[in-house]
Amino acid sequence: MAALSPSAAAEAKPEGTSAGEAVDERGSAAAGAALLARGLGKTVAGPGGALEILCDVDLRIASGEAVAIVGRSGSGKSTLLGLLAGLDEASSGGVELLGQSLGDLDEDGRARLRAGRVGFVFQSFQLLPGLTALENVLLPLELAAAEGHWRGELRPRAAQMLDAVGLAERAAHYPAQLSGGEQQRVALARAFATDPQVLFADEPTGNLDEATGASVIEQLFALREAQGATLVLVTHDPALATRCDRRLEMHAGRLREMS
Amino acid sequence: MNAWREALRAAWRAQLRDWRAGELRVLALALIVAVAAVTAVGFFTDRVERAMLRQGAALIAADLLLESSREIDPAITARADALGLRHHRMLTFPSVLLDEDDDSQLISLKAVGEGYPLRGELLIGEQPFAAGRPADGLPAAGEIWVDPRLFTRMGLRLGGRVLLGAREFAVAALIAHEPDRGASLFQLAPRVIMRHDDLPGTELINEASRVRHHLLLAGDVAAIETLQAQIEAEYPGEIRVRGLGNARPELASALERAESYLGLAALVAVILSGAAIAVAANGFAERQADAVAVMRCLGAEQRFVLRVLLLRLLLVGLAASLVGVLAGFIAQGVLAALLAQWFGGALPVAGMAPALAGVATGLVALLGFALPPVLRLRRLSVLRVLRRDLGLPDASVLGVAVAALLAVGALMVWQAGNLKLAALVIAGCLGTLGLLGAAAWLSLAALRRAQGGALIGWRFGIANLARRARANSLALVAFGVGIMALLLLTLVRVDLLEAWRAELPPDAPNHFVINVQPAEVEALRERIAGAGVEVRGLFPMVRGRLLSINGEPVSEGDYADDERAQRLATRDFNLSFAAVPRDDNPLLAGQWWAPDSDELLWSVEDGIAKTLGIEVGDRLRYRVAGSEVLARVANLREVSWDSFQVNFFVIGSPATLAASPATYITSFHLPPADAALVPALLREFPGITLIDVDGLMQRVRQIVDRAAAAVEFVFAFTLLAGVVVLIAAVQSSRAERARESALLRALGASRGQVLGGVAAEFAALGLLAGALASAAASLLGWAVAAHIFQVDYAFNPWLWLVGAGGGALGIAAVGLAATRGVLARPPLQGLREGV
Repeated sequence: MAALSPSAAAEAKPEGTSAGEAVDERGSAAAGAALLARGLGKTVAGPGGALEILCDVDLRIASGEAVAIVGRSGSGKSTLLGLLAGLDEASSGGVELLGQSLGDLDEDGRARLRAGRVGFVFQSFQLLPGLTALENVLLPLELAAAEGHWRGELRPRAAQMLDAVGLAERAAHYPAQLSGGEQQRVALARAFATDPQVLFADEPTGNLDEATGASVIEQLFALREAQGATLVLVTHDPALATRCDRRLEMHAGRLREMS
Repeated sequence: MNAWREALRAAWRAQLRDWRAGELRVLALALIVAVAAVTAVGFFTDRVERAMLRQGAALIAADLLLESSREIDPAITARADALGLRHHRMLTFPSVLLDEDDDSQLISLKAVGEGYPLRGELLIGEQPFAAGRPADGLPAAGEIWVDPRLFTRMGLRLGGRVLLGAREFAVAALIAHEPDRGASLFQLAPRVIMRHDDLPGTELINEASRVRHHLLLAGDVAAIETLQAQIEAEYPGEIRVRGLGNARPELASALERAESYLGLAALVAVILSGAAIAVAANGFAERQADAVAVMRCLGAEQRFVLRVLLLRLLLVGLAASLVGVLAGFIAQGVLAALLAQWFGGALPVAGMAPALAGVATGLVALLGFALPPVLRLRRLSVLRVLRRDLGLPDASVLGVAVAALLAVGALMVWQAGNLKLAALVIAGCLGTLGLLGAAAWLSLAALRRAQGGALIGWRFGIANLARRARANSLALVAFGVGIMALLLLTLVRVDLLEAWRAELPPDAPNHFVINVQPAEVEALRERIAGAGVEVRGLFPMVRGRLLSINGEPVSEGDYADDERAQRLATRDFNLSFAAVPRDDNPLLAGQWWAPDSDELLWSVEDGIAKTLGIEVGDRLRYRVAGSEVLARVANLREVSWDSFQVNFFVIGSPATLAASPATYITSFHLPPADAALVPALLREFPGITLIDVDGLMQRVRQIVDRAAAAVEFVFAFTLLAGVVVLIAAVQSSRAERARESALLRALGASRGQVLGGVAAEFAALGLLAGALASAAASLLGWAVAAHIFQVDYAFNPWLWLVGAGGGALGIAAVGLAATRGVLARPPLQGLREGV
């Protein structure tokens, strides 16, 4: 399994640095937090009544920081990640992502905010089965370009990112033709294609064996290092959490800083 | 028994739990459409059959009806008297009615005497299409009763004067119900009833008139049967006998055809619904895989598991079939509104048989299309509880195809009532579906290549169409069939008729004159020519019936498999005679006779010769005016029947028929500016019958329009089935669509972009289906025009606009409605669903 080479990682950074092809608005958020959560809560309706998933979560993640959120299954980690990314609406409290209050935006507004600026890596890879590896990587680039958050060539950039994760020769293959590890590497290429300001990773090695998972994590951190993205990593693996700058623990819907 | 009871309990519980999931609902919907289509037709034809049975003797206004083109032997009425039977003579014949404004109308005149009807009731009234009251006897002398259609069409008034032949009559009442009129199915001329003893003053009847003589008989059943047997034995081919068993054979035949063809059209909807059932059942089986594996792991026997699955299918099947029967019952009201008047008007309530047939259809379709996918669960490995990668074994394509074909085949044979017809229809359906399927697959493959992998917005949607090729091909074919059928029945039908009419020369005859007496021939010719109108010849017409070919008597039984031959073998012919051949009747075999030949010879039209097996040199014996004429076939000739010129199946040499009583027939083209010639001719020649072809064509067109409307209604079910196929396809890809939409929105796509993609996918599907359907309909229209009508078929841009445009709009709307739930959820939920 090819690990990401330093030169490839360097190439993964867009030409002309961060002010080049990515329309970078880090300026406004750079001075402050990439992510802010205040009194965040999420309650869902269940058969036995209301079920509180998150309760009064406060959080500040600085720009460029790598933060791990750990906790047992069912503690609410993924729900928190979803609220921070604007994929769901909070029942109480608020989130500011890249200086924008998500509560002030409708769903389209949140989508526009994410286009080209936020990347995702999922436990189940979430590649579109009908698209080739190259097309999956191309997807966020097209969306970013449509919002004016990316200028320049799209296909060469996508090919470059696939090469950066060592899958240049699999560009025309469909997800069903790739192994689990290869699919996750394509997902990495997709996540970093637009040089995002924030990267959300939800249990990125959850569906991989140990060796493959380790390789994928190496590539993830290498790419992150090359591009300087803020990383929010949800994991139940304490060893993985130690690679981040900070570790936060979810327990029964509440978040606390770990020493 | 216990095991089945347990299984039923388990099935019922599982059904209530699983009902919210989409697959069973889609399966039920598909069954409802299929059963509704079949029962709508079944209920309608059942009501008509009951109406005909109930009318019974009233259908012929007697217990026994004798009909002949000659006066019925008085010896028969003597025998009827001896048997104690009541009897009544009446005449019917076509004629022309002229009103006070000199407007004329072809009518069917019935001259009756006291005692009519012997069975049933004649109802008359003063308002058109009102209920009416029983007639007290007959019209008074000098009065007539008229069909309400005639009354309204000509703007007649009660008490107004009209001319019939040489005599004036007053319109005294409207006919509300005529018991032996039966069906107005093929009656092109409205009815007028007059007194038999008013006939002589009209000068309408002469020796060679086309009069139909009827003798009505009623009385003791045994006496009727005795007389019937005697007449059938002594007057074969000369007198047509109709008893209760064959009261209205043309109605029975029409009903049989309606049932057969409409039923087959409904079965197309069943086949397409079957596709939806198969897709939904496949999805159901996939979703049950985990549950089945767990049940087996916990100790359930495979037999038990299968019983539960089968019972679940049957529960859905029965419930959906019952709803389908109800929907069919409501829908048959539309068919009744369109066609009931052809079969006598008000129809009784239907019986239970169509409901049972509908449920049986639903269960057969369910077993044929749903069972094979679900039975895959038999071969599911229990290890799936530990290894989720162990999926359902692939369906055996052959197994699925055989099961479906058996189900469809059984339904087709039952519906067609005829193995040959069923085989033809199955082959036709499979061929059409196969061709459409291949065209769909190729179109999608081309689309995939052309798109170059577009990823967002409408381009993403169109590319998705190509990516989900298998499911979309199915939906394409289903919609394609429905749209094609409707295009053929609406636009192409009109196009073909217009093309045929356009081929007629502008001066093609639009009026025919029949019943011209020999003494009137020259006067009529001069009168018409004097008005500046060209007469296309005046041809003698002699009524004759074919008795034998080469000494072998001709009867219906000789042509058991050929309905047309049966009719030709038993009907009266319009024979003619001529010294010289016509330019427009080229000879195909044999020779024409010399103008002064004294040989007894026939010239036979090629088509009828083939049908009856007649060749040059054969000896044909005809009965003409009570005598028998034997002559040899001298030649076969070709006739162009759609030229609107006067033509004859059989022409004799002058020596053969010149001495027989004849009337004359002619045709001419009358420009609208010379319309006044018609009432003038009717007044000056009261015995003639003048037929306006345009009026007849309009009536024929109305009949065809109504029949087409009924078939269109049934084919609307195929469109509904297409909708269900689409819903089934969307349902089966629901999780994938939810994940896709959630991911796109997570990566920054707006709802508008996602919705645009979905709308584009379905609009493109509809456009493609409509385009394929338009192409198929155009091709079929051209084939029918070229090979059957033998006219030029013109390209109709509306066909493509309506087909492709309608398809795009309609299917986009349906597709968006079917997927809107998927888009309504937050992205996070969609991402989780896809795991």
